[in-house]
Amino acid sequence: MTPAADEHAVEVLKGLLDANDHEALHNREHFERHNVLAVNLMSSPGAGKTALLEATIEALGKDLNIAVVEGDLETENDAERIRAKGVPAIQITTGSACHLDAHMVHDALHELELDDVDVLFIENVGNLVCPASFDLGQHINVALLSTPEGDDKPAKYPVMFRAADLVLVTKSDLLEVLGDFSPDAAERCVRQIANPAPVLKVSAKTGLGMDGWLDWIRREAGSRE
Amino acid sequence: MHELSLCEALIDQVTTIAREQRVSSVSDIYVRVGPLSGVEGPLMRNAFPIAAAGTVADQATLHLEDAGIRVRCEECGAESDAKMNNLVCAACGDWRTTLISGDELILQRVVMGEARV
Repeated sequence: MTPAADEHAVEVLKGLLDANDHEALHNREHFERHNVLAVNLMSSPGAGKTALLEATIEALGKDLNIAVVEGDLETENDAERIRAKGVPAIQITTGSACHLDAHMVHDALHELELDDVDVLFIENVGNLVCPASFDLGQHINVALLSTPEGDDKPAKYPVMFRAADLVLVTKSDLLEVLGDFSPDAAERCVRQIANPAPVLKVSAKTGLGMDGWLDWIRREAGSRE
Repeated sequence: MHELSLCEALIDQVTTIAREQRVSSVSDIYVRVGPLSGVEGPLMRNAFPIAAAGTVADQATLHLEDAGIRVRCEECGAESDAKMNNLVCAACGDWRTTLISGDELILQRVVMGEARV
C-alpha cells in the first residue's frame, strides 16, 4: 500500500508483547538474583501438571526447596494440593483469562520469599494455545502431553510444542491399555517442528520414568547454584 | 482467545504514540503477524474494535500483514519456506533448522488522524 503524500505516519517496529516481555525480563532477573530455577509447566487441562508436581515434591522435597505458582481460571484447589505437601504455593486466579502473563507472575512473586527457594514451578493455565505466547520470565518451558490426548498433539499445537525445552509424555502407565499412542510418533512430531527437546515418558501415579525427569530438574537446578 | 489481551497491548502502544505525536486520533494501524506467533488474524480483527472503543483508535482500521514462515537449515545451509507444523529443510529434509521468519508479532506503522486542538 502506497502512503498518501500528506500522510502523517510513524514507523514503529515494536513487538506487541513488548510490555509483557519487559516485565518477564524483570522477573527473570529477580529469579537470578535469588539463584532460583523457574520452570513453566504447560499442557491441556487434565494432562496431570498438579499430579506431576505432587510426585516431584515428594521425591525432591528433601534435597531441594520448591515453591509453586498456580494458574487457574477459578478455585484455590491446586494450590491447596501443593500446600498439603508442605510447599508454599501462590494461587493466581485469572478469571476469564486463558493464560498467565508476566505481570500476574510478578504480583504473585510479592507473596513469595525466594531466598530459600531452589526451584519455582509455575503451573500455567491448562491450555495448549494461549500460554505459549507469553514469556513469564521462566528459564525453562516444560510441555506435558498426556497419553489419552493422542500422539499427534505437537503437530496440532506447534506454537506450544515449539516453545518446549522438555516434553513429558504423562500418564504413560496407560500406554499399554490405550494401545494407540506411540511415543516415537509424538517425538517425530516434535522434531518436525525443529525442536531438539528431549521427550520423556513418565507416570506420576506409578513412578514409571520419573527418575529421568527428576534427574533433569536436579541437573538444571544444580547449574544455577 | 488471548487476542483481546494482545489488542489491548496494541492500543496501549498506539495511544502512547498518538500522545507523542499530539494527535487526537489515528486512522490506520499496520501489524505484521507470523503464523507461529500463536495469533489468529480473524480473532485479532474481532477483538480489535472491543479494545479500540473509546480510544484514539476508535475509528482506526487494523491492517494485518501475514508474515511467511522461512527456515534456515543448520545442516546444509539452505533457506526454504515451511509450514507451521513442518519446519524441516525443504532441500535436504533435516529437521535441525532455525526459524528466520514466521513468529513475529510487530506493530509496524501507525497513520495519524487529526491533530489535537
